[in-house]
Amino acid sequence: MLNYIIRRILYAIPILVGVNLITFTLFFVVNTPDDMARMQLGIKRVTPEAIAKWKQEHGYDQPLMFNNAEEGLEKVTRTIFFEKSVAMFAFRFGRADDGRDIAYEIRTRMLPSLAIALPVFVLGLIVYIAFALTMVFFRATYVDFWGVVLCVALMSISSLFYIIGGQFLISKLWHLVPISGYSQGLDSAKFLVLPVIIGVISAAGANTRWYRTLFLEEMGKDYVRTARAKGLPESAVLFRHVLQNALIPILTGAVVVIPLLFLGSLIVESFFGIPGLGSYTIDAINSQDFAVVRVMVFLGSLLYIVGLILTDISYTLVDPRIRLE
Amino acid sequence: MNSVLEIQNLETVLYTERRPVWAVDGLTLQILKGETFALLGESGCGKSITALSVMRLLPEAGEIVSGSVCLGGEDLLLLPEAAMRNVRGKRIGMIFQEPMLSLNPVMTVAHQIGEVLQRHFDLRGQAAEKRIVEILDQVGIPDAARRMNEYPFQFSGGMKQRMMIAMALAGEPELLIADEPTTALDVTIQAQVLELMRGLQQRVGMAILLITHDLGVASEMAHRVGIMYAGEIVETASREAFFRGPAHPYSRKLLAALPGRDRRKQGHRLDAIRGNVPSLSREFVGCRFADRCDQAWELCHQVAPGWTALTGEQQVRCHLFNQNFGSKIVKPAVSAQAGAPARLDAESREFESFPSAGAEQPTPDGSLLSVTDLKVYFPIHKGLMRRVAGYVKAVDGISLKIDRGKTLALVGESGCGKTTAGKAMLQLIPPTAGSVRYNGVELVGLERNRLRRLRGEFQLIFQDPYSSLNPRMRIVDIIEEGMNALGVEDDGKERKEKRVDGLLESVGLPAETKWRYPHEFSGGQRQRIAIARALAVNPKLIVCDEPTSALDVSVQAQILNLLRELQRNLGLAYLFITHNISVVEYIADEIAVMYLGRIVERGTVDEVLGSPRHPYTQALLSAVPVIELESKRKVIRLHGDLPSPANPPQGCHFHPRCSHVMPACRKNYPAASTFSSTHTTHCYLYPQDEDQSDRKTQA
Amino acid sequence: MSFKPVILWTDALVYVLVAVIVIFAWQVRRHEHLLAPWRRVGHSASGMAALTILMFFIVIGLLDTIHLRPAIENGNGGSEAAYGVEVLSLLDLLATPLRTQVETTYSAPFATHLYARETVELPGGGQVREFPRLKFGGAHLQDPDAQLASDIATRAGAGAGLALLLWFLIATSVTAIVAHRRDERFMSTLSTIWRGITPVPWRAVFVTLALILLLGGAALALCSDYHILGTDKVGQDVFYQSLKSIRTGLLIGTLTTLMMLPFALLLGVAAGYFRGWVDDLIQYLYTTLSSIPGVLLIAATVLMMQVYMETHPELFDTIAARADLRLLFLCIILGVTSWTGLCRLLRGETLKLREMEYIQAANAFGVSHWRIISRHIIPNVMHIVLITTVMDFSGLVLAEAVLSYVGVGVDPSTISFGTMINAARLEMAREPMVWWALFAAFSFMFALVLSANLFADAVQNAFDPRMKTLSALARTWRRKSIGKNA
Repeated sequence: MLNYIIRRILYAIPILVGVNLITFTLFFVVNTPDDMARMQLGIKRVTPEAIAKWKQEHGYDQPLMFNNAEEGLEKVTRTIFFEKSVAMFAFRFGRADDGRDIAYEIRTRMLPSLAIALPVFVLGLIVYIAFALTMVFFRATYVDFWGVVLCVALMSISSLFYIIGGQFLISKLWHLVPISGYSQGLDSAKFLVLPVIIGVISAAGANTRWYRTLFLEEMGKDYVRTARAKGLPESAVLFRHVLQNALIPILTGAVVVIPLLFLGSLIVESFFGIPGLGSYTIDAINSQDFAVVRVMVFLGSLLYIVGLILTDISYTLVDPRIRLE
Repeated sequence: MNSVLEIQNLETVLYTERRPVWAVDGLTLQILKGETFALLGESGCGKSITALSVMRLLPEAGEIVSGSVCLGGEDLLLLPEAAMRNVRGKRIGMIFQEPMLSLNPVMTVAHQIGEVLQRHFDLRGQAAEKRIVEILDQVGIPDAARRMNEYPFQFSGGMKQRMMIAMALAGEPELLIADEPTTALDVTIQAQVLELMRGLQQRVGMAILLITHDLGVASEMAHRVGIMYAGEIVETASREAFFRGPAHPYSRKLLAALPGRDRRKQGHRLDAIRGNVPSLSREFVGCRFADRCDQAWELCHQVAPGWTALTGEQQVRCHLFNQNFGSKIVKPAVSAQAGAPARLDAESREFESFPSAGAEQPTPDGSLLSVTDLKVYFPIHKGLMRRVAGYVKAVDGISLKIDRGKTLALVGESGCGKTTAGKAMLQLIPPTAGSVRYNGVELVGLERNRLRRLRGEFQLIFQDPYSSLNPRMRIVDIIEEGMNALGVEDDGKERKEKRVDGLLESVGLPAETKWRYPHEFSGGQRQRIAIARALAVNPKLIVCDEPTSALDVSVQAQILNLLRELQRNLGLAYLFITHNISVVEYIADEIAVMYLGRIVERGTVDEVLGSPRHPYTQALLSAVPVIELESKRKVIRLHGDLPSPANPPQGCHFHPRCSHVMPACRKNYPAASTFSSTHTTHCYLYPQDEDQSDRKTQA
Repeated sequence: MSFKPVILWTDALVYVLVAVIVIFAWQVRRHEHLLAPWRRVGHSASGMAALTILMFFIVIGLLDTIHLRPAIENGNGGSEAAYGVEVLSLLDLLATPLRTQVETTYSAPFATHLYARETVELPGGGQVREFPRLKFGGAHLQDPDAQLASDIATRAGAGAGLALLLWFLIATSVTAIVAHRRDERFMSTLSTIWRGITPVPWRAVFVTLALILLLGGAALALCSDYHILGTDKVGQDVFYQSLKSIRTGLLIGTLTTLMMLPFALLLGVAAGYFRGWVDDLIQYLYTTLSSIPGVLLIAATVLMMQVYMETHPELFDTIAARADLRLLFLCIILGVTSWTGLCRLLRGETLKLREMEYIQAANAFGVSHWRIISRHIIPNVMHIVLITTVMDFSGLVLAEAVLSYVGVGVDPSTISFGTMINAARLEMAREPMVWWALFAAFSFMFALVLSANLFADAVQNAFDPRMKTLSALARTWRRKSIGKNA
């Protein structure tokens, strides 16, 4: 077991290195720091001096991979690759192009992101499973049919419209909760209700339908017939036998996104003005702050890989077939 | 009447993609108290649907259209669903074919049996636990108190089926429905499970509805049998009456289609039933068997026959026996001879003896393929760095020879490594060690290109006719594939197509079929196409990997006939891999019995089957259910299951299950003991050969 | 009128795609076993109704794909024609009134006046703030307040009437063809269609067609004289924008798959078939790529592309070409981020397939790896490719809107659902709200994505019968009811 987990963690290292190389190539090879400087300073009237100054201010005034001007180890360390890319492994994220400390921003913005993403995740899981079970319980009836129709319809609406529609109806028309904003502590609840509800609804169609398929697939298995042959009522068959088996793929599939919850949701946060990592990323994209985007890419993959490892661990916990092998 | 179950005119429809299928069409049967009724029939005849209809557990697309199912006088079809649930698991217990799939994989055994106790007896906690242990003891699960808290995957196949039986017994049912309970199990395990069911029935006194396609199982288990064909029962009789003299032409054909040694000795072809089981979606006018029946006349095609009682205990649905058509009556010949059921068919004809085509230059040792000490190990990776921690010794040093134009049968239970051995001989799996010489040429380690040139010489036929043909290719492309790859008939499309026509005809299919796709053919026809594909490259040796185990008895007979005919005509040699002893008896010249990666006994058919020496061979042969009317033969009961080939027992691999075990068996693997120039075994019961006694011991 | 055809990059790819589909369809027609699942698609009522709607979108999309530069009529009558810098599509030409009738700013659907007060100079001197009349919308009306409703009703009625006539023609001829094929009398065919028991659900198709034609007919009759969906901030017709957005949506939904398909297919099959180090390498590749959250990878790549385009303006000769290339790059990037899923699926399926007995039989003949892959494996994984393609389509259309909102989508000059929503969103806070652009984008997108989803559902059901889709459910009922009647 422990061996298995250690091996998974070791396996993650080359993947992270790969991600790092990809981001490095994207950010520094496709476009040179000069290009970025020109972009930031405005294409038209840029002097070489201004570019040099910008690069120096932001720490891009070094060679990419090899620094021949330095001696010994510094040949490698005093380079953009080492200082900007390799340093991320040590969580040294440096400063954003506007000069603020990225690590600090990430620390303070993680919580608001989580405050939305976690309730959406938990509530969503419960709601989707409940709906899917209802549909499966009434399978091949009109409840099931219209349930699937509703799911397909919900899937066909862009998440942007859920947000716009929700804001319009609940905040603007009915004035139930503030349209956007955020505050600390318990006070934040009134700001969070709407985004959480919208977050749950906007993913409801696809997930409910997917879970329904999973449940139905389990329903078709032989052990379900055995359970019925024992004289168990349909509810026991569904809630005891089928649910227990289908929850394994559902839960382990959900585990992978848990670490990513820290990153928050890009559009929900920006629409509702929540100072989380999602809106941070959007702002960075809009202001073309490459340093932030680069860090977020790295952080995102890191969290995803952590999620993968957690998935493996959760499998060994949930599934007796793997736990006891 | 003390009948437990009475089914009257049951009609069940399955709504399929195209049109409704009358899977069960007017079925009537009766099961008495404490009796085992075997419902016999080939696949697709509606036996399982009958069972599910009784339980009212049909798939969603199925529906019972009419009829009645009375359990102790109460019509189950009229019960509301809630009341039906009190019947299921309590008054009727059911066990299914696939014990691996029929148990919930994430619930402990105790939990799954406990559910029945809680549902029907409101038994919980300590009391339930006590009862669970009791039931598990009853079905012969050792160490029940501890093992009941394990999960199904921790048990072997046979143990799982015992678990299923335990679950069915927990409700103390009046009727047990067993749907092919041993089909997925090996013969030695099957013998254990059948014995268990017999014993339980004697003790508990429940009735059993046994659904099976295996005449041997029916003969061993049943008090009465019903033969089902195309959705209806065509004959019911007591076991004795049926096996002494089956009446319906279909029943007779079915028995005559069974392979066996006597068939071979008599040099007869097997009595295959021509054609296929008809589709149940069509309307039937006359007798459903008329199209395939040799004795059918106009009436059979026009009027569906009614029941005729031959004796008190035998009824048949056939015009032949109706007094009104006296002229046509054929009294079934009575043949009490064990294992050789009545052969009424005038059509059984002798094989014409063809001169063997393969008697050209013999190799030094005279054999076509000679295998020495072949080993196939699969590494097991363990630990942090995935180091090789051990090997699964799938094939652990086997040696054998196949002569031209002869058939060697490689016999063993599932997991013994026989398929791996067959593939390794053809170099489809790289062998770990040993030598495989074809016609004197060493194949192991042969360079890919040179091996390719030889590939035409030895070919393969597979078990599953559904996965052995690419569904996206036409028959002509399938057959030509090998010819193209190996450059057979390379000169011109026309000659190639001619050859395809010829091949199809030689396997008994019309040449026009080459333009069609595999899905249009039945299992037996597909197997014929697969044979044609192998023959296309003029092989001398064909490895047949369980080629008939997925087929019905009547179709199996067709394929076996074809294989023998081809052998005579073309001088083919076969390596016939199978677990089915009666097929071996019919087709093989020599036998090699495999156990856990090694050959434990070798010899000619008569030697091995007539006087088996190795305790495993003896047990294997005794476990095969046979059709016998008188005294039940003694089954040598094997304890436990096949050990894992990753960790074979020290010394003789068989010693943990052997009843003759001696101290020596636990230490070293026995050397060969020779009884004749062809017959050898590896067992300490017999004097060990001197020259091989220095054989290395296996750690 | 002379013109010079222009083939943009995406146009070329669309032509390739159309050619691929035509060849594929031709292949399918010739082989019964390939045709069988499609026939099942054809028997799904929801699938066929969805396909009818999709056909309209596709026709509009294709019209918008044929690009050209019209000749500029210069007065001096020179012999050589000069072509405008503006690249127009066939759709633009057909919708010339929509394209050219630009108001000054917002106006509501069917409005005759602007949505904002403007200061107007009175002829007699002095100023007044009022809602000025639109230059084009309802300009033919003398007294808008009195005439508007009746004028709209008569025009819409006339349009709908013509549409109904057209529908009647189509329905009759289709019924006649079906009757001829089934060798039946016209009336009996008509009655089976009417009762909805033909194998191909013609009733559903006809009903859908009637709805589309009625809506379309009325819209066509009205759109040249009114802004039926209003105008946007710069006075452009929203209906025109909605029509233009269709092509963008369709392109993103299809080209992305077209881009990634070869890679996913090749790598997935290779990984599953060869196993060993090839498998390790390919698995490493896709695990690495898929470990970067999709939006972030797309954002990063698009940003970099933006920088590249900004700093190398000399590479693009027209604005259209530039916007087009950016659209293409977006497709490629979306493809790169989405190929991993298909690749993984194909690898798994190939692993299963290579153990199939027919592949072992091919090995026993010494058939080469390449032939085994091309003859045995690829034909047997094509259904997965197809299902993934149709399933991905709607997701990609939706993704475009979100990406454009985030700012990493299509070029701001490209009209797309995303840019429409993005522009309209800014007016959310306005009182009274400017709702029509959002409404237009919502309705068009919903119709497109819903019909794509329903069609995908039918395809999935036909090609993977284990899936319990909507079509499967409907079919079980149908079967039972037909079975009982029989």
